[in-house]
Amino acid sequence: MVALSEYGEARVDVRSIFGISGRVDAVPSPSRTPLARIGAPNRVKIQEADAKSLLVAQGLPVPEWAVAHTVYEARAAAGRILDSGADAVVIKAQVLVGGRGKAGGVKLASSLDEAERVAAAILGMDIKGITVRKVLVAAAADIAREFYMSAVLDRAERRILLMGSAEGGVEIEQVALDHPEAIIRRHADPMLGLLDFQARQFAFEMGLGGHLKAAVTIAKGLVRTMLAYDADLVEINPLAIVREKDASGAVVERLVCLDAKVTLDDSALPRHRELEALRDPDEEDPADREAREAGLTFIKLDGTIGCMVNGAGLAMTTMDLVKRAGGEPANFLDIGGGARADKVAAAMRIILADPKVNAILVNIFGGITRGDEVARGLIEARAQQTRDVPMVVRIVGTNSAEAAVLLEEAHFATAASLDEAAAKAVAASRGAAA
Amino acid sequence: MSILVGSGTRLVVQGITGREGEFHSRAMAEYGTVIVAGVTPGKGGQMALDGAVPVFDTMVDAVRETGANTSCIFVPAGGAPDAVLEAVEAGIATIFCITEGIPALDMIPVVEAVRLAGARLIGPNCPGATSPGSAKVGIIPGSIHREGRVGVVSRSGTLTYEAVQAMTDAGIGQSTCVGIGGDPIIGTTFLDILRLFAADDATDAIVLIGEIGGAAEETAAAWAAEHLADIPKVAFIAGRTAPEGKRMGHAGAIISGGAGTAASKVAALEAAGFRVAGSPTELPTLLRDAGYRG
Repeated sequence: MVALSEYGEARVDVRSIFGISGRVDAVPSPSRTPLARIGAPNRVKIQEADAKSLLVAQGLPVPEWAVAHTVYEARAAAGRILDSGADAVVIKAQVLVGGRGKAGGVKLASSLDEAERVAAAILGMDIKGITVRKVLVAAAADIAREFYMSAVLDRAERRILLMGSAEGGVEIEQVALDHPEAIIRRHADPMLGLLDFQARQFAFEMGLGGHLKAAVTIAKGLVRTMLAYDADLVEINPLAIVREKDASGAVVERLVCLDAKVTLDDSALPRHRELEALRDPDEEDPADREAREAGLTFIKLDGTIGCMVNGAGLAMTTMDLVKRAGGEPANFLDIGGGARADKVAAAMRIILADPKVNAILVNIFGGITRGDEVARGLIEARAQQTRDVPMVVRIVGTNSAEAAVLLEEAHFATAASLDEAAAKAVAASRGAAA
Repeated sequence: MSILVGSGTRLVVQGITGREGEFHSRAMAEYGTVIVAGVTPGKGGQMALDGAVPVFDTMVDAVRETGANTSCIFVPAGGAPDAVLEAVEAGIATIFCITEGIPALDMIPVVEAVRLAGARLIGPNCPGATSPGSAKVGIIPGSIHREGRVGVVSRSGTLTYEAVQAMTDAGIGQSTCVGIGGDPIIGTTFLDILRLFAADDATDAIVLIGEIGGAAEETAAAWAAEHLADIPKVAFIAGRTAPEGKRMGHAGAIISGGAGTAASKVAALEAAGFRVAGSPTELPTLLRDAGYRG
């Protein structure tokens, strides 16, 4: 029997589990909402196959798999797996969006020809705007029982939290909702990590006493994987007891990680150069890449008013006020603290690359950022820009007097308050649309 | 008295000779903060801020020679966790870490070490704190403040400035303004700051500036309902229009599954007796509506 979760979407939004507990505030796993996009800043999502490689490197049991970029590679991989005695293979689209199972991106095949047909159907398929360019091929597991296990950053407790449930698979969110007590939790020691006895307690509570050694290895391995790669989420769903044939042909049961999801902390990537390669260029929007490389936090939205702000909270507030004034923000863009002129110019290029943008609102409250640096960047950017878009600039705080002089000399439209800036930008956008 | 920083603050700046450290140390000194020392390893014996502040190689030296009791960290992300621990070891009671971009997992043992030592860490990735009229530590522009009796606490940096400026423009002064930082792992929470304000005889009203993501605002609101029932309380939550599932830059700023949404935060705050503003500029009016007469 092959469990549904092997070809369904068995991934869980850990946040919902946390949300229900009311006491924990997790750093999220990638959202499954259609609005969630690849390349969201500050968090690097990696493909299942890459996540599995990280787990294997940390000593966790993961059944073998192969990655295929073409139908022929998929057929060859399926051939090797079927020859080794497997009854069927599972072929899974390697994309970073959720819901690939529902979209038809995960399928079983029990012969070479079927594997070829399935691979041909999945490769090139469009899943939520992402073209599938590779598939994972593995033996279809004969699952006896499914579990759930994950390690996440628990912000409220300021520790790594290990979570598990004896109810694995696709129903885990419902379990968390109906029976929060069925989610087992253990915090790793902040100095020492997850201790052996904690891992044993955890394994027994999960009902994995019969696979104690493997369960302890996996529990400790999840925490070790987090620490080794600066992950903020390592999730195994399903963790499964599978039936396998040993060398003599006898059926044995083994605890293995069937699927893996890992997200990495962007702030830590400079010390993990090898992980930078796991960022999938096929799934990263060019504007996102330019923003990331310029050190900007950028999220494209659907409106007409381009926003350039320093600080995430103020950037969100600026968007809120644009909307309140009757406009629609075209993006969230945080130039960060201490941005210099070149960063401002890059931000302007990214905003103007969106053809829907017909007005720009610049809102800078200088603290560590110096207003005159931003003003110079704006002047430089305007000299280079190919498209004439009305701009409303508000610069207050550190070096704002110097900025005001520069902006006045360069004849920029300015605003004193945030409400005024939002109103002017909305009016400019309407004027441009009319 | 004000909280965290004040006339008793004797500040040591870690990373005083760097670009940001130098610039903001100058601004702090101009505001009236007593900066007694700077620390930059290898530059011990030099003088910073035009000869006004001695630079030491180590925090232990700086504390021994100057009696510093508060530190402000402008060390780059790679060295900032170590800088916090060095401050703890030197016996600093109040540590502000301004540095942004510190890997979250690095902060877990650091926050624990601070807790075990009985010290207090504000941040990282925070703008610091100002007690108008006496001292400021960090990067909040001094010009936006006015002396008064409203305590301000915020997760954001620049949004705090926006809110404080609006208050000052309306003639409402502040006892202390604290930015606790937007990173996933921070040393001091909203709740910690509310406890300090509750015990502060110079604070008569509270302004809380939150944003979507996490449950820290809800937790603080529940405590305030019980312990700050009798004083005027207003709040602002950023990210009301942020689309679900989109991260907005701060590691904490995320909406998911109903928890941490703007609606959930606004509801929790209103239930706790906060008046919640639709724009930072409305905060002064709401403070007056709530009965604040300072």
